[in-house]
Amino acid sequence: MTPLLEAKGVSKFFGEFCALREVSVAVAANEFVSIVGPNGAGKTTLVNLLTGLLLPSSGQVFFKGQTISGVGPIALAKRGMARTFQLVQIFPQLTVAETIAAAVISEEGKQWRLLHALALDAAVTRRVEEVAAIFGLSDRLQHAARALSQGEKKLLDVASAFALRPEVILLDEPTSGVSTSEKHALMRTLVGAAKAAGVKSVILVEHDMDLVAAYSERIVALAEGKVLADLPPGPFFADPHIVATVVGKRSASHAQHQGS
Amino acid sequence: MSEAPLRLLLVALGIAALALVPTLAPPFYANLLIPFFAYSVALIGFNLLFGYTGLLSFGHAMYLGLGAYAAAVVAGVLGIRVFEVVLLAAALAAVVVALPIGFLCVRYTGIFFGMLTLAFGMLAHSFLFKFYHLTGGDSGMRIPRMRILGLEFDAYNKIELLAGPFYYYCLGLMVLAGLLMWRIVHSPFGLQVRALRDNPQKAEYLGVRVRQLRLLAYVISAVYGAIGGAILGFRIGLADPELVHWTHSGHLVFMTVLGGFSSFFGPVVGALTLTLLQDQLQSITQYWRFVLGAILAAIVIFFPRGLAGLAIDTAGRLARRKPSQVAA
Repeated sequence: MTPLLEAKGVSKFFGEFCALREVSVAVAANEFVSIVGPNGAGKTTLVNLLTGLLLPSSGQVFFKGQTISGVGPIALAKRGMARTFQLVQIFPQLTVAETIAAAVISEEGKQWRLLHALALDAAVTRRVEEVAAIFGLSDRLQHAARALSQGEKKLLDVASAFALRPEVILLDEPTSGVSTSEKHALMRTLVGAAKAAGVKSVILVEHDMDLVAAYSERIVALAEGKVLADLPPGPFFADPHIVATVVGKRSASHAQHQGS
Repeated sequence: MSEAPLRLLLVALGIAALALVPTLAPPFYANLLIPFFAYSVALIGFNLLFGYTGLLSFGHAMYLGLGAYAAAVVAGVLGIRVFEVVLLAAALAAVVVALPIGFLCVRYTGIFFGMLTLAFGMLAHSFLFKFYHLTGGDSGMRIPRMRILGLEFDAYNKIELLAGPFYYYCLGLMVLAGLLMWRIVHSPFGLQVRALRDNPQKAEYLGVRVRQLRLLAYVISAVYGAIGGAILGFRIGLADPELVHWTHSGHLVFMTVLGGFSSFFGPVVGALTLTLLQDQLQSITQYWRFVLGAILAAIVIFFPRGLAGLAIDTAGRLARRKPSQVAA
Protein backbone atom coordinates (compact mmCIF):
# COMPACT_ATOMS: atom_id res chain seq x y z
CA MET A 1 0.00 0.00 0.00
CA THR A 2 1.45 3.41 -0.91
CA PRO A 3 1.65 5.73 2.09
CA LEU A 4 -0.43 8.90 2.15
CA LEU A 5 2.52 11.00 3.26
CA GLU A 6 6.12 9.98 2.92
CA ALA A 7 9.53 11.53 3.46
CA LYS A 8 12.22 9.63 1.54
CA GLY A 9 15.77 10.08 2.77
CA VAL A 10 15.41 13.77 3.53
CA SER A 11 18.29 15.78 4.89
CA LYS A 12 18.24 19.41 5.85
CA PHE A 13 21.22 21.64 6.36
CA PHE A 14 21.10 25.15 7.76
CA GLY A 15 24.48 26.40 6.63
CA GLU A 16 26.98 23.96 8.10
CA PHE A 17 24.52 22.64 10.65
CA CYS A 18 22.77 19.41 9.79
CA ALA A 19 19.29 19.45 11.35
CA LEU A 20 18.14 16.20 9.74
CA ARG A 21 20.18 13.43 8.15
CA GLU A 22 18.69 10.85 5.78
CA VAL A 23 15.33 10.63 7.49
CA SER A 24 12.61 8.42 6.05
CA VAL A 25 9.12 8.44 7.53
CA ALA A 26 5.86 7.18 6.07
CA VAL A 27 2.31 7.72 7.21
CA ALA A 28 -0.41 5.45 5.87
CA ALA A 29 -4.09 6.26 5.54
CA ASN A 30 -6.04 5.84 8.78
CA GLU A 31 -2.94 5.99 10.92
CA PHE A 32 -2.18 8.04 14.02
CA VAL A 33 1.54 8.67 14.16
CA SER A 34 3.41 10.61 16.83
CA ILE A 35 6.74 12.27 16.37
CA VAL A 36 8.75 12.55 19.57
CA GLY A 37 12.27 13.40 20.58
CA PRO A 38 14.27 15.63 22.89
CA ASN A 39 14.65 19.35 22.19
CA GLY A 40 16.87 19.94 19.20
CA ALA A 41 16.26 16.46 17.76
CA GLY A 42 14.91 17.93 14.52
CA LYS A 43 11.15 17.56 15.10
CA THR A 44 10.28 21.05 13.93
CA THR A 45 12.48 20.74 10.86
CA LEU A 46 10.85 17.42 9.97
CA VAL A 47 7.39 18.94 10.43
CA ASN A 48 8.32 21.89 8.22
CA LEU A 49 9.60 19.51 5.55
CA LEU A 50 6.51 17.28 5.78
CA THR A 51 4.27 20.30 5.34
CA GLY A 52 6.16 21.63 2.34
CA LEU A 53 7.28 24.77 4.12
CA LEU A 54 10.98 23.99 3.76
CA LEU A 55 12.79 22.57 0.78
CA PRO A 56 14.89 19.55 1.77
CA SER A 57 18.64 19.78 1.07
CA SER A 58 18.33 16.26 -0.33
CA GLY A 59 15.57 13.68 -0.53
CA GLN A 60 11.89 14.17 -1.36
CA VAL A 61 8.56 14.48 0.40
CA PHE A 62 5.52 12.87 -1.24
CA PHE A 63 1.88 13.46 -0.45
CA LYS A 64 -0.63 11.24 -2.23
CA GLY A 65 2.17 10.16 -4.56
CA GLN A 66 3.14 13.69 -5.60
CA THR A 67 6.14 15.65 -4.41
CA ILE A 68 5.29 18.54 -2.11
CA SER A 69 8.83 19.63 -1.34
CA GLY A 70 8.66 23.37 -0.69
CA VAL A 71 5.19 23.90 -2.24
CA GLY A 72 4.21 26.25 0.59
CA PRO A 73 1.17 26.44 2.83
CA ILE A 74 -1.48 27.57 0.33
CA ALA A 75 -0.86 24.74 -2.14
CA LEU A 76 -0.66 22.33 0.78
CA ALA A 77 -4.08 23.36 2.07
CA LYS A 78 -5.51 22.90 -1.42
CA ARG A 79 -4.06 19.41 -1.71
CA GLY A 80 -5.57 18.29 1.57
CA MET A 81 -3.10 18.73 4.37
CA ALA A 82 -3.60 21.03 7.32
CA ARG A 83 -1.39 21.87 10.25
CA THR A 84 -1.54 23.72 13.50
CA PHE A 85 1.25 25.36 15.43
CA GLN A 86 2.64 24.96 18.89
CA LEU A 87 1.86 28.60 19.67
CA VAL A 88 -1.83 29.24 19.25
CA GLN A 89 -2.59 31.07 15.99
CA ILE A 90 -5.78 33.07 15.79
CA PHE A 91 -7.16 36.12 14.00
CA PRO A 92 -7.62 38.39 17.04
CA GLN A 93 -10.21 40.71 15.52
CA LEU A 94 -12.31 38.05 13.81
CA THR A 95 -15.15 36.23 15.51
CA VAL A 96 -15.16 32.47 15.92
CA ALA A 97 -17.62 32.12 13.04
CA GLU A 98 -15.50 34.36 10.80
CA THR A 99 -12.33 32.44 11.62
CA ILE A 100 -13.88 29.14 10.58
CA ALA A 101 -15.55 30.78 7.58
CA ALA A 102 -12.17 32.03 6.34
CA ALA A 103 -11.11 28.40 5.92
CA VAL A 104 -14.45 27.30 4.49
CA ILE A 105 -14.17 30.01 1.81
CA SER A 106 -10.77 28.66 0.76
CA GLU A 107 -12.07 25.14 0.73
CA GLU A 108 -15.08 26.06 -1.39
CA GLY A 109 -13.00 28.35 -3.63
CA LYS A 110 -15.21 31.38 -3.02
CA GLN A 111 -12.49 33.94 -2.26
CA TRP A 112 -12.88 35.84 -5.54
CA ARG A 113 -16.59 36.50 -5.15
CA LEU A 114 -16.35 40.21 -4.53
CA LEU A 115 -20.05 41.02 -4.45
CA HIS A 116 -21.31 37.83 -2.87
CA ALA A 117 -23.07 38.41 0.45
CA LEU A 118 -21.25 36.10 2.82
CA ALA A 119 -23.86 36.46 5.56
CA LEU A 120 -26.50 35.05 3.19
CA ASP A 121 -24.39 32.09 2.04
CA ALA A 122 -26.24 29.16 3.59
CA ALA A 123 -23.61 26.61 2.54
CA VAL A 124 -20.82 28.46 4.34
CA THR A 125 -22.98 29.13 7.40
CA ARG A 126 -24.02 25.49 7.65
CA ARG A 127 -20.43 24.31 7.40
CA VAL A 128 -19.25 26.84 10.00
CA GLU A 129 -21.93 25.67 12.43
CA GLU A 130 -21.05 22.05 11.74
CA VAL A 131 -17.35 22.57 12.51
CA ALA A 132 -18.08 24.71 15.56
CA ALA A 133 -20.37 22.00 16.91
CA ILE A 134 -17.65 19.35 16.61
CA PHE A 135 -15.33 21.50 18.71
CA GLY A 136 -17.93 22.63 21.22
CA LEU A 137 -17.72 26.23 20.06
CA SER A 138 -21.36 26.58 19.02
CA ASP A 139 -22.22 29.09 21.74
CA ARG A 140 -19.11 31.13 21.00
CA LEU A 141 -19.74 31.79 17.29
CA GLN A 142 -20.20 35.56 17.63
CA HIS A 143 -17.38 36.05 20.16
CA ALA A 144 -14.16 37.76 19.10
CA ALA A 145 -11.31 35.26 18.94
CA ARG A 146 -9.14 37.42 21.20
CA ALA A 147 -11.78 37.24 23.95
CA LEU A 148 -11.74 33.43 24.17
CA SER A 149 -9.99 31.47 26.92
CA GLN A 150 -6.62 29.92 26.08
CA GLY A 151 -8.18 26.48 25.70
CA GLU A 152 -10.91 27.81 23.43
CA LYS A 153 -8.35 29.65 21.30
CA LYS A 154 -6.54 26.36 20.88
CA LEU A 155 -9.77 24.64 19.86
CA LEU A 156 -10.56 27.41 17.41
CA ASP A 157 -7.08 27.22 15.92
CA VAL A 158 -7.50 23.51 15.26
CA ALA A 159 -11.16 23.87 14.24
CA SER A 160 -10.27 26.30 11.46
CA ALA A 161 -7.70 23.82 10.15
CA PHE A 162 -10.33 21.05 10.22
CA ALA A 163 -12.69 23.26 8.26
CA LEU A 164 -10.45 22.70 5.23
CA ARG A 165 -11.58 19.05 5.17
CA PRO A 166 -7.97 17.84 5.21
CA GLU A 167 -7.01 14.23 4.62
CA VAL A 168 -3.98 14.61 6.84
CA ILE A 169 -3.65 16.93 9.79
CA LEU A 170 -0.43 17.68 11.58
CA LEU A 171 -0.83 18.83 15.17
CA ASP A 172 2.29 20.48 16.56
CA GLU A 173 2.07 20.16 20.36
CA PRO A 174 -1.66 20.87 20.44
CA THR A 175 -1.80 20.70 24.23
CA SER A 176 1.06 23.10 24.97
CA GLY A 177 -0.07 25.86 27.28
CA VAL A 178 -3.06 23.81 28.42
CA SER A 179 -3.22 22.63 32.03
CA THR A 180 -2.40 18.97 32.66
CA SER A 181 -5.92 18.22 33.80
CA GLU A 182 -7.36 19.55 30.53
CA LYS A 183 -4.86 17.89 28.20
CA HIS A 184 -6.68 14.59 27.87
CA ALA A 185 -10.05 16.25 27.39
CA LEU A 186 -8.58 18.41 24.61
CA MET A 187 -6.94 15.42 22.93
CA ARG A 188 -10.20 13.47 23.09
CA THR A 189 -11.98 16.38 21.41
CA LEU A 190 -9.32 16.62 18.71
CA VAL A 191 -9.22 12.91 17.96
CA GLY A 192 -13.01 12.70 17.97
CA ALA A 193 -13.16 15.71 15.65
CA ALA A 194 -10.65 14.15 13.29
CA LYS A 195 -12.85 11.07 13.00
CA ALA A 196 -16.02 13.12 12.63
CA ALA A 197 -14.46 15.34 10.00
CA GLY A 198 -13.24 12.40 7.94
CA VAL A 199 -9.54 13.07 8.43
CA LYS A 200 -7.61 10.00 7.33
CA SER A 201 -4.34 10.44 9.18
CA VAL A 202 -3.16 12.42 12.15
CA ILE A 203 0.44 13.30 12.87
CA LEU A 204 1.09 14.46 16.40
CA VAL A 205 4.21 16.18 17.62
CA GLU A 206 4.13 15.95 21.40
CA HIS A 207 6.32 16.09 24.47
CA ASP A 208 3.78 14.58 26.83
CA MET A 209 4.46 10.84 26.76
CA ASP A 210 1.13 10.02 28.43
CA LEU A 211 -0.71 11.50 25.47
CA VAL A 212 1.62 9.85 22.98
CA ALA A 213 1.11 6.47 24.62
CA ALA A 214 -2.66 6.91 24.82
CA TYR A 215 -3.38 7.88 21.20
CA SER A 216 -0.56 6.77 18.87
CA GLU A 217 -0.63 3.72 16.68
CA ARG A 218 3.01 4.31 15.85
CA ILE A 219 5.75 6.44 17.34
CA VAL A 220 8.65 7.94 15.44
CA ALA A 221 11.45 9.02 17.75
CA LEU A 222 14.06 11.45 16.50
CA ALA A 223 17.43 12.07 18.11
CA GLU A 224 20.21 14.25 16.78
CA GLY A 225 18.60 14.55 13.38
CA LYS A 226 18.13 10.83 12.81
CA VAL A 227 15.32 8.34 13.28
CA LEU A 228 16.04 6.57 16.56
CA ALA A 229 12.97 4.36 16.50
CA ASP A 230 9.81 3.83 14.45
CA LEU A 231 7.65 1.46 16.48
CA PRO A 232 4.15 0.82 17.80
CA PRO A 233 3.66 2.02 21.42
CA GLY A 234 4.08 -1.48 22.94
CA PRO A 235 7.61 -2.21 21.78
CA PHE A 236 8.50 1.49 21.95
CA PHE A 237 7.89 1.84 25.65
CA ALA A 238 9.37 -1.61 26.31
CA ASP A 239 12.80 -0.44 25.10
CA PRO A 240 14.52 1.29 28.01
CA HIS A 241 17.24 2.82 25.80
CA ILE A 242 14.73 4.59 23.54
CA VAL A 243 12.62 5.79 26.44
CA ALA A 244 15.69 7.07 28.24
CA THR A 245 16.85 9.00 25.18
CA VAL A 246 13.47 10.55 24.48
CA VAL A 247 12.03 10.92 27.94
CA GLY A 248 15.15 11.13 30.03
CA LYS A 249 16.71 14.05 28.27
CA ARG A 250 13.33 15.65 28.01
CA SER A 251 12.71 15.54 31.75
CA ALA A 252 16.26 16.68 32.41
CA SER A 253 15.81 19.74 30.21
CA HIS A 254 12.34 20.26 31.66
CA ALA A 255 13.79 20.30 35.17
CA GLN A 256 16.43 22.72 34.02
CA HIS A 257 13.76 25.05 32.62
CA GLN A 258 11.88 25.00 35.86
CA GLY A 259 15.04 25.54 37.88
CA SER A 260 16.12 28.63 35.96
CA MET B 1 -29.32 43.12 16.23
CA SER B 2 -30.66 46.66 16.76
CA GLU B 3 -27.35 47.92 15.42
CA ALA B 4 -28.07 47.50 11.72
CA PRO B 5 -31.33 49.53 11.53
CA LEU B 6 -29.72 52.29 13.59
CA ARG B 7 -26.77 52.45 11.24
CA LEU B 8 -29.08 52.51 8.23
CA LEU B 9 -31.02 55.35 9.81
CA LEU B 10 -27.86 57.37 10.49
CA VAL B 11 -26.61 56.84 6.94
CA ALA B 12 -29.98 57.86 5.49
CA LEU B 13 -30.00 60.98 7.68
CA GLY B 14 -26.45 61.81 6.61
CA ILE B 15 -27.31 61.48 2.92
CA ALA B 16 -30.47 63.53 3.39
CA ALA B 17 -28.52 66.26 5.20
CA LEU B 18 -25.94 66.36 2.42
CA ALA B 19 -28.70 66.48 -0.19
CA LEU B 20 -30.16 69.57 1.48
CA VAL B 21 -26.92 71.56 1.50
CA PRO B 22 -27.28 73.15 -1.99
CA THR B 23 -30.82 74.32 -1.24
CA LEU B 24 -30.29 75.50 2.33
CA ALA B 25 -26.71 76.78 2.41
CA PRO B 26 -24.90 79.34 0.22
CA PRO B 27 -23.17 77.90 -2.88
CA PHE B 28 -19.86 78.32 -1.09
CA TYR B 29 -20.63 75.34 1.12
CA ALA B 30 -21.81 73.05 -1.66
CA ASN B 31 -18.67 73.95 -3.54
CA LEU B 32 -16.58 73.24 -0.45
CA LEU B 33 -18.10 69.77 -0.16
CA ILE B 34 -17.06 68.64 -3.67
CA PRO B 35 -13.53 67.81 -2.42
CA PHE B 36 -15.20 66.02 0.48
CA PHE B 37 -17.01 63.74 -1.99
CA ALA B 38 -13.79 63.22 -3.92
CA TYR B 39 -11.84 62.32 -0.78
CA SER B 40 -14.67 60.17 0.53
CA VAL B 41 -14.65 58.01 -2.58
CA ALA B 42 -10.85 57.82 -2.55
CA LEU B 43 -10.73 56.98 1.16
CA ILE B 44 -13.48 54.36 1.05
CA GLY B 45 -11.11 52.58 -1.34
CA PHE B 46 -8.00 53.50 0.62
CA ASN B 47 -9.47 51.94 3.73
CA LEU B 48 -10.02 48.59 2.02
CA LEU B 49 -6.24 48.52 1.77
CA PHE B 50 -5.43 50.14 5.12
CA GLY B 51 -8.17 49.23 7.59
CA TYR B 52 -9.29 45.93 6.13
CA THR B 53 -6.13 44.50 4.54
CA GLY B 54 -3.66 46.10 6.96
CA LEU B 55 -1.45 47.77 4.34
CA LEU B 56 -0.69 51.46 4.89
CA SER B 57 0.23 53.18 1.63
CA PHE B 58 2.08 56.48 1.69
CA GLY B 59 1.81 56.90 -2.05
CA HIS B 60 -1.89 56.75 -2.66
CA ALA B 61 -2.17 60.34 -3.87
CA MET B 62 -0.57 58.95 -7.03
CA TYR B 63 -3.95 57.47 -7.97
CA LEU B 64 -5.82 60.70 -7.28
CA GLY B 65 -3.35 62.40 -9.57
CA LEU B 66 -3.81 59.65 -12.12
CA GLY B 67 -7.56 60.27 -12.12
CA ALA B 68 -7.09 64.01 -12.61
CA TYR B 69 -4.53 63.55 -15.40
CA ALA B 70 -6.80 60.97 -17.04
CA ALA B 71 -9.49 63.68 -17.07
CA ALA B 72 -7.02 66.17 -18.56
CA VAL B 73 -6.01 63.74 -21.31
CA VAL B 74 -9.48 62.44 -22.17
CA ALA B 75 -11.39 65.73 -21.93
CA GLY B 76 -8.57 68.18 -22.68
CA VAL B 77 -6.20 66.50 -25.14
CA LEU B 78 -8.61 64.07 -26.81
CA GLY B 79 -11.55 66.42 -26.50
CA ILE B 80 -14.00 63.79 -25.23
CA ARG B 81 -15.83 66.03 -22.78
CA VAL B 82 -18.02 63.38 -21.24
CA PHE B 83 -17.45 62.87 -17.51
CA GLU B 84 -18.61 59.24 -17.56
CA VAL B 85 -15.96 58.43 -20.17
CA VAL B 86 -13.42 60.22 -17.99
CA LEU B 87 -14.42 58.13 -14.96
CA LEU B 88 -14.08 54.95 -16.97
CA ALA B 89 -10.69 56.01 -18.32
CA ALA B 90 -9.52 56.95 -14.82
CA ALA B 91 -10.56 53.54 -13.49
CA LEU B 92 -8.86 51.73 -16.38
CA ALA B 93 -5.67 53.75 -15.98
CA ALA B 94 -5.66 52.91 -12.28
CA VAL B 95 -5.92 49.19 -13.00
CA VAL B 96 -3.10 49.38 -15.58
CA VAL B 97 -0.79 51.31 -13.24
CA ALA B 98 -1.73 49.56 -9.98
CA LEU B 99 -1.26 46.00 -11.27
CA PRO B 100 2.53 46.14 -11.77
CA ILE B 101 3.20 48.53 -8.87
CA GLY B 102 0.95 46.55 -6.55
CA PHE B 103 2.59 43.32 -7.67
CA LEU B 104 5.94 44.67 -6.46
CA CYS B 105 4.63 46.34 -3.29
CA VAL B 106 2.40 43.63 -1.80
CA ARG B 107 5.37 41.30 -1.43
CA TYR B 108 6.17 43.47 1.57
CA THR B 109 4.19 44.58 4.59
CA GLY B 110 4.46 47.18 7.32
CA ILE B 111 7.10 49.85 6.97
CA PHE B 112 8.58 48.26 3.82
CA PHE B 113 5.26 48.40 2.00
CA GLY B 114 4.84 52.00 3.19
CA MET B 115 8.28 53.06 1.99
CA LEU B 116 7.90 51.34 -1.36
CA THR B 117 4.56 53.01 -2.06
CA LEU B 118 6.11 56.31 -0.97
CA ALA B 119 8.96 55.75 -3.43
CA PHE B 120 6.57 55.05 -6.32
CA GLY B 121 4.56 58.13 -5.39
CA MET B 122 7.68 60.28 -5.51
CA LEU B 123 8.67 58.73 -8.83
CA ALA B 124 5.27 59.62 -10.24
CA HIS B 125 5.63 63.15 -8.91
CA SER B 126 9.00 63.74 -10.52
CA PHE B 127 7.77 62.21 -13.77
CA LEU B 128 4.86 64.66 -13.90
CA PHE B 129 7.12 67.50 -12.83
CA LYS B 130 10.03 66.89 -15.21
CA PHE B 131 8.39 65.67 -18.42
CA TYR B 132 7.26 69.14 -19.31
CA HIS B 133 6.34 68.48 -22.94
CA LEU B 134 4.05 65.60 -21.93
CA THR B 135 2.56 66.77 -18.67
CA GLY B 136 2.99 70.52 -18.62
CA GLY B 137 5.39 70.20 -15.68
CA ASP B 138 4.55 72.39 -12.71
CA SER B 139 1.85 74.27 -14.60
CA GLY B 140 -0.04 71.00 -15.05
CA MET B 141 -2.74 70.19 -17.62
CA ARG B 142 -6.04 71.95 -18.01
CA ILE B 143 -9.26 70.02 -17.45
CA PRO B 144 -12.13 71.58 -19.39
CA ARG B 145 -15.79 71.57 -18.41
CA MET B 146 -17.51 68.31 -19.20
CA ARG B 147 -21.01 67.03 -19.83
CA ILE B 148 -22.45 65.01 -16.98
CA LEU B 149 -25.14 62.43 -17.70
CA GLY B 150 -25.00 63.71 -21.28
CA LEU B 151 -26.20 67.18 -20.25
CA GLU B 152 -24.35 70.40 -21.04
CA PHE B 153 -25.86 72.65 -18.33
CA ASP B 154 -25.18 75.69 -20.52
CA ALA B 155 -27.26 77.96 -18.33
CA TYR B 156 -24.99 77.40 -15.34
CA ASN B 157 -21.65 79.07 -14.75
CA LYS B 158 -18.89 76.92 -13.25
CA ILE B 159 -19.73 77.74 -9.62
CA GLU B 160 -23.44 77.07 -10.19
CA LEU B 161 -22.64 73.82 -11.94
CA LEU B 162 -20.43 72.69 -9.04
CA ALA B 163 -22.87 73.78 -6.37
CA GLY B 164 -25.87 72.30 -8.20
CA PRO B 165 -25.93 69.41 -10.66
CA PHE B 166 -22.34 68.33 -10.13
CA TYR B 167 -22.87 68.34 -6.36
CA TYR B 168 -25.73 65.86 -6.64
CA TYR B 169 -23.81 63.85 -9.19
CA CYS B 170 -20.90 63.49 -6.74
CA LEU B 171 -23.22 62.67 -3.86
CA GLY B 172 -24.69 59.89 -5.99
CA LEU B 173 -21.24 58.69 -6.96
CA MET B 174 -20.17 58.57 -3.32
CA VAL B 175 -23.27 56.62 -2.31
CA LEU B 176 -22.71 54.18 -5.18
CA ALA B 177 -19.02 53.77 -4.33
CA GLY B 178 -19.95 53.24 -0.68
CA LEU B 179 -22.60 50.64 -1.49
CA LEU B 180 -20.21 48.76 -3.72
CA MET B 181 -17.50 48.79 -1.04
CA TRP B 182 -20.03 47.68 1.57
CA ARG B 183 -20.69 44.62 -0.60
CA ILE B 184 -16.96 44.03 -1.08
CA VAL B 185 -16.02 44.13 2.60
CA HIS B 186 -18.92 41.81 3.45
CA SER B 187 -18.00 39.30 0.76
CA PRO B 188 -15.84 36.19 1.19
CA PHE B 189 -12.98 38.27 -0.21
CA GLY B 190 -13.59 40.91 2.46
CA LEU B 191 -13.43 38.32 5.21
CA GLN B 192 -10.24 36.74 3.93
CA VAL B 193 -8.39 40.06 3.69
CA ARG B 194 -9.27 40.75 7.31
CA ALA B 195 -7.98 37.31 8.22
CA LEU B 196 -4.67 37.86 6.45
CA ARG B 197 -4.38 41.30 8.06
CA ASP B 198 -4.64 39.73 11.52
CA ASN B 199 -2.32 36.79 10.93
CA PRO B 200 -0.87 36.18 7.45
CA GLN B 201 0.91 32.98 8.42
CA LYS B 202 -2.18 31.34 9.84
CA ALA B 203 -4.18 32.63 6.87
CA GLU B 204 -1.83 30.91 4.42
CA TYR B 205 -2.29 27.61 6.21
CA LEU B 206 -6.03 28.07 5.80
CA GLY B 207 -5.47 28.36 2.06
CA VAL B 208 -5.83 32.15 1.90
CA ARG B 209 -3.99 33.43 -1.18
CA VAL B 210 -2.36 36.20 0.76
CA ARG B 211 -0.47 37.98 -2.03
CA GLN B 212 -3.17 37.79 -4.68
CA LEU B 213 -5.80 39.08 -2.28
CA ARG B 214 -3.51 41.92 -1.21
CA LEU B 215 -2.94 42.78 -4.86
CA LEU B 216 -6.65 42.82 -5.60
CA ALA B 217 -7.28 45.06 -2.58
CA TYR B 218 -4.52 47.37 -3.82
CA VAL B 219 -5.97 47.57 -7.34
CA ILE B 220 -9.52 48.22 -6.08
CA SER B 221 -8.25 50.97 -3.78
CA ALA B 222 -6.36 52.49 -6.72
CA VAL B 223 -9.54 52.57 -8.83
CA TYR B 224 -11.39 54.35 -6.02
CA GLY B 225 -8.49 56.79 -5.75
CA ALA B 226 -8.61 57.57 -9.46
CA ILE B 227 -12.37 58.15 -9.37
CA GLY B 228 -11.84 60.56 -6.46
CA GLY B 229 -9.05 62.25 -8.41
CA ALA B 230 -11.27 62.73 -11.47
CA ILE B 231 -13.90 64.47 -9.29
CA LEU B 232 -11.20 66.66 -7.76
CA GLY B 233 -9.88 67.47 -11.24
CA PHE B 234 -13.34 68.42 -12.52
CA ARG B 235 -13.69 70.95 -9.71
CA ILE B 236 -10.19 72.46 -9.87
CA GLY B 237 -10.09 72.40 -13.68
CA LEU B 238 -6.45 71.47 -13.50
CA ALA B 239 -4.30 68.37 -13.06
CA ASP B 240 -1.02 69.38 -11.48
CA PRO B 241 1.86 67.46 -9.90
CA GLU B 242 1.04 68.63 -6.38
CA LEU B 243 -1.92 66.23 -6.43
CA VAL B 244 0.63 63.41 -6.47
CA HIS B 245 3.01 64.92 -3.94
CA TRP B 246 3.70 62.72 -0.91
CA THR B 247 2.26 65.35 1.42
CA HIS B 248 -1.05 64.78 -0.36
CA SER B 249 -0.69 61.06 0.37
CA GLY B 250 -0.10 62.05 3.98
CA HIS B 251 -3.30 64.08 3.82
CA LEU B 252 -5.19 60.90 2.86
CA VAL B 253 -3.66 58.99 5.78
CA PHE B 254 -4.48 61.93 8.08
CA MET B 255 -8.17 61.92 7.12
CA THR B 256 -8.43 58.15 7.51
CA VAL B 257 -6.82 58.15 10.95
CA LEU B 258 -8.87 61.17 12.02
CA GLY B 259 -12.11 59.44 11.10
CA GLY B 260 -10.98 55.99 12.20
CA PHE B 261 -9.76 53.20 9.96
CA SER B 262 -11.33 50.46 12.05
CA SER B 263 -14.84 51.34 10.99
CA PHE B 264 -16.43 51.40 7.55
CA PHE B 265 -17.66 54.99 7.77
CA GLY B 266 -14.57 56.31 9.55
CA PRO B 267 -12.84 57.59 6.40
CA VAL B 268 -16.00 59.45 5.30
CA VAL B 269 -16.25 61.06 8.74
CA GLY B 270 -12.56 61.95 8.51
CA ALA B 271 -12.90 63.48 5.06
CA LEU B 272 -15.86 65.60 6.12
CA THR B 273 -14.27 66.71 9.39
CA LEU B 274 -10.99 67.68 7.81
CA THR B 275 -12.61 69.50 4.89
CA LEU B 276 -14.71 71.64 7.23
CA LEU B 277 -12.00 72.00 9.86
CA GLN B 278 -9.37 73.08 7.36
CA ASP B 279 -11.73 75.70 5.92
CA GLN B 280 -12.50 77.07 9.39
CA LEU B 281 -8.90 77.03 10.58
CA GLN B 282 -7.63 78.71 7.44
CA SER B 283 -9.99 81.60 8.00
CA ILE B 284 -8.88 81.95 11.63
CA THR B 285 -5.13 81.49 11.58
CA GLN B 286 -2.25 81.14 9.17
CA TYR B 287 -0.88 78.47 11.52
CA TRP B 288 -3.69 76.07 10.63
CA ARG B 289 -1.28 73.28 9.72
CA PHE B 290 0.15 73.49 13.21
CA VAL B 291 -3.31 73.11 14.72
CA LEU B 292 -4.13 70.18 12.44
CA GLY B 293 -0.91 68.47 13.45
CA ALA B 294 -1.75 68.86 17.12
CA ILE B 295 -5.25 67.47 16.52
CA LEU B 296 -3.87 64.43 14.72
CA ALA B 297 -1.40 63.77 17.53
CA ALA B 298 -4.20 64.01 20.10
CA ILE B 299 -6.42 61.66 18.08
CA VAL B 300 -3.68 59.03 17.75
CA ILE B 301 -2.81 59.21 21.46
CA PHE B 302 -6.27 59.47 23.02
CA PHE B 303 -8.67 58.06 20.40
CA PRO B 304 -6.69 55.59 18.31
CA ARG B 305 -9.91 54.40 16.69
CA GLY B 306 -10.64 57.89 15.40
CA LEU B 307 -13.80 59.97 15.57
CA ALA B 308 -16.01 57.16 14.28
CA GLY B 309 -14.53 54.78 16.85
CA LEU B 310 -15.13 57.37 19.55
CA ALA B 311 -18.75 57.74 18.47
CA ILE B 312 -19.31 53.97 18.41
CA ASP B 313 -17.70 53.53 21.84
CA THR B 314 -19.73 56.37 23.31
CA ALA B 315 -22.96 55.00 21.86
CA GLY B 316 -22.07 51.58 23.24
CA ARG B 317 -21.42 52.99 26.70
CA LEU B 318 -24.71 54.89 26.67
CA ALA B 319 -26.58 51.77 25.56
CA ARG B 320 -25.02 49.74 28.34
CA ARG B 321 -25.84 52.32 30.97
CA LYS B 322 -29.52 51.98 30.22
CA PRO B 323 -31.18 49.03 31.97
CA SER B 324 -31.31 46.25 29.42
CA GLN B 325 -34.74 46.34 27.88
CA VAL B 326 -33.77 44.30 24.84
CA ALA B 327 -35.17 40.81 24.92
CA ALA B 328 -32.65 38.07 24.12
